[in-house]
Amino acid sequence: MSSAVAAAPRQQTGVLVEQVVRTFGDRVVLDHLDLTIGDEELVVLLGPSGCGKSTLLRLLAGLDKPDGGRIEVPAKRAIVFQADRLLPWQRVLRNVTLGLRGPDADQRARAALNEVNLAGRENAWPKQLSGGEAQRVALARALVSEPELILLDEPFASLDAITRVRMHDLVRELRRKHHASMLLVTHDVDEAIALADRIVVMSNGRIGNAHLVQLSPSAREASVAREEIRAALLADLGLASQH
Amino acid sequence: MTNVIVAAKPAAPSGIAPAASATSRPRDVFLPGSVRRQTVLGTLRRRLRWPLGIYTTPVVLLIVWEILAQTGVLKPTYAPAPSDIVSTTITLWRDGVLGPDLAISLQRAGIGLLLGLSVGIVTGVLGGFLRSGEYLFNGLAQILNTIPLLAVLPLMVVWFGIDELTKILLIAFGAGVPMYVNLFAAIRGVDQRLIEMARTTGAGSWRVVTRVLVPGALPGFLVGLRFSLAYSILGLVAAETVNADAGLGFLITQAQTYLQTNKVFVGLVIYSILGLVADQLVRSLERVLLRWRPSYEAT
Repeated sequence: MSSAVAAAPRQQTGVLVEQVVRTFGDRVVLDHLDLTIGDEELVVLLGPSGCGKSTLLRLLAGLDKPDGGRIEVPAKRAIVFQADRLLPWQRVLRNVTLGLRGPDADQRARAALNEVNLAGRENAWPKQLSGGEAQRVALARALVSEPELILLDEPFASLDAITRVRMHDLVRELRRKHHASMLLVTHDVDEAIALADRIVVMSNGRIGNAHLVQLSPSAREASVAREEIRAALLADLGLASQH
Repeated sequence: MTNVIVAAKPAAPSGIAPAASATSRPRDVFLPGSVRRQTVLGTLRRRLRWPLGIYTTPVVLLIVWEILAQTGVLKPTYAPAPSDIVSTTITLWRDGVLGPDLAISLQRAGIGLLLGLSVGIVTGVLGGFLRSGEYLFNGLAQILNTIPLLAVLPLMVVWFGIDELTKILLIAFGAGVPMYVNLFAAIRGVDQRLIEMARTTGAGSWRVVTRVLVPGALPGFLVGLRFSLAYSILGLVAAETVNADAGLGFLITQAQTYLQTNKVFVGLVIYSILGLVADQLVRSLERVLLRWRPSYEAT
């Protein structure tokens, strides 16, 4: 088994979460949760619906405040939501330049759109895009500000299986160019294995087991090690009986 | 192999079976729309069915009306023929009666609208963006919204006399209240998730307002504008029919006194044209400002 519990190197950290508590009424969603994400590390946060994944992500994005504990994140961060959240009244290019300032904003946005293979679609309206294209624009909007931390909240959940695989390839490619820490929230075990440096499983408002994934791209598709990780993750999620 | 057999099977029992299945289980067949569109006959048929678009019904009504008037079914004092109304309009214009009346009516409507829209937009924006603005204006606006325009008229006459001020304030009241109510709702109704997203991209407050809130509130603003224009014309009619000595309303009241039905109709037709122009104005604004929104087009 290639799992190691909370063995992340404590050097220059991208994200530092210490003993964070978040409650909604009587319900404790995050219960003294600890999480560290290293520089340029891609951590996948795995867990069933309603386990508090998105709550944690919103706390890291600064969209919500914790009830206890401490969170430290880079100031330069971007978030990709589950829905594309494009402004329907702005053309694609203006959607990407939303947070940019300066005379080179358009140029940078074009470059970002080029990176997500959407060159030539700058003047389209968001309603004219397919689901995959819209989500790629959202990705470009996040990348264009050169963030040090990218938070992805089930970004590919609403895409079809073929588009999702293409998006995984795109994310891997983008990681080579952009040096940012990433936290990807998902409930898809295969997606987690396809992308992660480290997979952490969330349960009862805490981070449970962590699994380091150090496999080559082809080994992530099919290998004995992949199946071992998959089995371990399913066991963590309480789905072991299926295998 | 099996595919061939399966495909061939329904066709094999000739005659009875396909007909029976067609009646028991209805099926839809979809063909390219261009096939039907390109035929000359189809184009001609559509042209003939609705030759004037949305104005087909009014024009048909006018023609029927003209025929009824010409054959004497409708008496001139009851409803004069449309051709009679047109000739009366031309005569009134030549006599120099209609021109000044129309000018003064348009002036009242313009000033009233300007005042009402300014107040409505300023309070609507303040109420929409600021919590204190909401507390300050919203209750009052909701109360005013339920008061009928026509019921305010007698009160305004008591307060402001029978001069221009009353007329302008009535028009402004008619235009301002719906603008506030719609604009407030439009700003508050902008998708919260989009605002949240804009903030995460690092856009400042000004960016969020200009790129998210203003364009997001635009559809609601245009609905407000539509109501404002309609109510301002209503206010114009109401204000002018009471105690006016010039204007379209005066023309109508005077004509009514002397039983000149054709002149009454001239006034009514001009009011309706004003309404039509206002509607077209908002429509063209919508076409330009809401280009991003693919609207539902009925067939």
